[in-house]
Amino acid sequence: MSDTDVAATPPVGGVDHHVSVDPAVAVPEPRAAADGGPDMVQLLTPEGERVPNAEYDEIVAALSNEDLRGLYRDLVLIRRFDLEATSLQRQGELGLWVSLLGQEAAQIGCGRALRPQDHAFPGYREHGIAWTRGIDPMRIIAMYRGVDKGAWNPDEHHFHGYTIVIGNQVLMGTGYAMGVQRDGAVGTDDPERDTAVVAFMGDGATAQGDVNEGFVFAGVYNSPIVFFCQNNQWAISEPNERQTRVPIYKRADGFGFPGVRVDGNDVLAVYAVTTQMLDRARSGQGPSLIEAFTYRMAAHTTSDDPTKYRVSAEVEVWKLRDPVARYKRWLMSEGIADTAFFEAVESEADELAAHVRTATVTMPDPDVDDIFDQVYVEPHQQVEDDKAAFHAYQDTFEEVQA
Amino acid sequence: MTASKTTIAKALNAGLRKAMERDPKVIIQGEDIGKLGGVFRITEHLQKDFGEDRVIDTPLAESGIMGTAIGLALRGYRPVVEIQFDGFVYPAFDQIVSQLAKLHSRSRGAIRVPVVVRIPMGGGIGAVEHHSESNEAYFAHTLGLKVVFCSNPEDAYWMIQQAIECDDPVIFYEPKRRYHEKGEVDLDATAAPRDLFSAHVVREGTDVTLACWGPMVRTCLDAAAAAAEEGHSLEVIDLRSVSPIDIDAITTSVARTGRLVVVQEAPSFVSVGSEIAALVTERCFYQLEAPVIRVAGWNTPYPASKLEEHYLPDLDRVLDGVDRALSH
Repeated sequence: MSDTDVAATPPVGGVDHHVSVDPAVAVPEPRAAADGGPDMVQLLTPEGERVPNAEYDEIVAALSNEDLRGLYRDLVLIRRFDLEATSLQRQGELGLWVSLLGQEAAQIGCGRALRPQDHAFPGYREHGIAWTRGIDPMRIIAMYRGVDKGAWNPDEHHFHGYTIVIGNQVLMGTGYAMGVQRDGAVGTDDPERDTAVVAFMGDGATAQGDVNEGFVFAGVYNSPIVFFCQNNQWAISEPNERQTRVPIYKRADGFGFPGVRVDGNDVLAVYAVTTQMLDRARSGQGPSLIEAFTYRMAAHTTSDDPTKYRVSAEVEVWKLRDPVARYKRWLMSEGIADTAFFEAVESEADELAAHVRTATVTMPDPDVDDIFDQVYVEPHQQVEDDKAAFHAYQDTFEEVQA
Repeated sequence: MTASKTTIAKALNAGLRKAMERDPKVIIQGEDIGKLGGVFRITEHLQKDFGEDRVIDTPLAESGIMGTAIGLALRGYRPVVEIQFDGFVYPAFDQIVSQLAKLHSRSRGAIRVPVVVRIPMGGGIGAVEHHSESNEAYFAHTLGLKVVFCSNPEDAYWMIQQAIECDDPVIFYEPKRRYHEKGEVDLDATAAPRDLFSAHVVREGTDVTLACWGPMVRTCLDAAAAAAEEGHSLEVIDLRSVSPIDIDAITTSVARTGRLVVVQEAPSFVSVGSEIAALVTERCFYQLEAPVIRVAGWNTPYPASKLEEHYLPDLDRVLDGVDRALSH
């Protein structure tokens, strides 16, 4: 572009844009006030009042009071686990922690909608999903402590490995769903057999080619997968409008499957919408996209400093939408749980935190042979040669000490 | 013995068919591989015989092909992926390097991803850009992958079956300009003649060792025949696997000949040939009569096809390398 061209096209639409965008076409929502808009499914207001919804009420009504109390317990325990892990990182016990603070309802609501035979493909912040799948939280701690790389067996809990490269897991989940189709585990009307896959991503990941290719593949093959996007408004320092020009849930239209925006801080709404879309996938009606509209209350990770890029007023707005507080208010107002229950959950959270602390600081370091072992199923000569060289080198120190 | 003459292309097709007959979990996916049978016809008739669920025409998205293949492997399938041309693998590079190569070790052995990535490789067919590359160094440099080359119909037939049976991910290179060269293959034999990752001495000799793989094996055999007329005895080793490298086969030969020329289509700079030179120097320093010579593609991007005859190692350049080794 020549200097004349620049002069001929004065910038419009704000000084923070590298390239000007016609404001009549792109209308970014002001984040501090963003409430998800009228299309967002919400069953509980931030004040804890139940909003009737003809489409989803039946799904919520099927939950027993014990189930409903269980969701609260999940929310509190995973939040406590997360806070303890953050503290452990601050004290040097973990190399890094990726906090889910603020996203508890999005994850617990989704995770509890999964059936045992379903499979989850997480990113790296899905501690709440891991919790609902029965993954020992210490396995996640081990990864962020640097003891291993997230070495749980996906076949045990149908919860696949944490995936750090943004969006890779969406394609793997899609391929897994293609395998489910080939196994005939879709649309048989057998509730124990029909299987869905859920692939997780954040708002930033929606810009990745892998995510869009996953949408294409799942769309053309009509695969049994739910794409679950936790839109926590921030991809490290970059806001939604740097990732997408349209609301994320609307992108599903272009790929030929339904997209729904749900209040990600409303555990009942997330549970209901996810249940509906998982049923849809299991019955052979194909993929869908759920955008759980939420907020990352903490930093991106413990290495991040959000004061560099966002204002505290925005965080204050979202504090009023807290997923745990609103659900507690509703449980109390409905008489589903009493003070004794809440106290019991608090003390269980204390116990969990104490266990996590003790188990972290006493966690043994890995065996040095972990560097070389299991790189391959069948031996690879250059790896074996290096392992022998490493041991020979180690032995020289023992000789010196002797 | 019911050996018959067939081409590398037909041998690959027969090997894929055998693997699919043997194991219902073997599936193939890629661009244009179904109805068309692939742009090189390697998968011809397989979709007709095994159905669209096992021979899958995919959207034109290589990362998608690769990532979904990994997902299928996680579900218990043994996917064979066709990348249409060497230069088109890069959109899938992230999935190959970040996931395919690392899932087994990341999970400390809990996960196996037995995916085979077939890549028609190399130049010599007068193609446009991105259709003539030898990019094995990228994958050989990624531990967690195994990288092999077939160079003749018999190996093509067996190695593709062995790669599919291998529980590690395998990058399987096919020398596209040799697809239609013929050789003996016994389609009724029940066992592979050699291990997938072993080098094979395809011509014995005493003066200089030539180490090569894929399309350069034929070039080296021709060079050895020409050298014999001039009184030089060249030993030709078809490496077959460049990760792992069967280094013992090379050093055993070099211990006798004292001279090694590595021949590859890829540029020499930071290449498999460089690694072999280093390994041999470390292990055979006192048996070497000359420095290890690399005869390779020049250290440039692959040229326009009208120039490729000047770029690719041919018989004369191999013999020039041999002369340089013998000059010490």
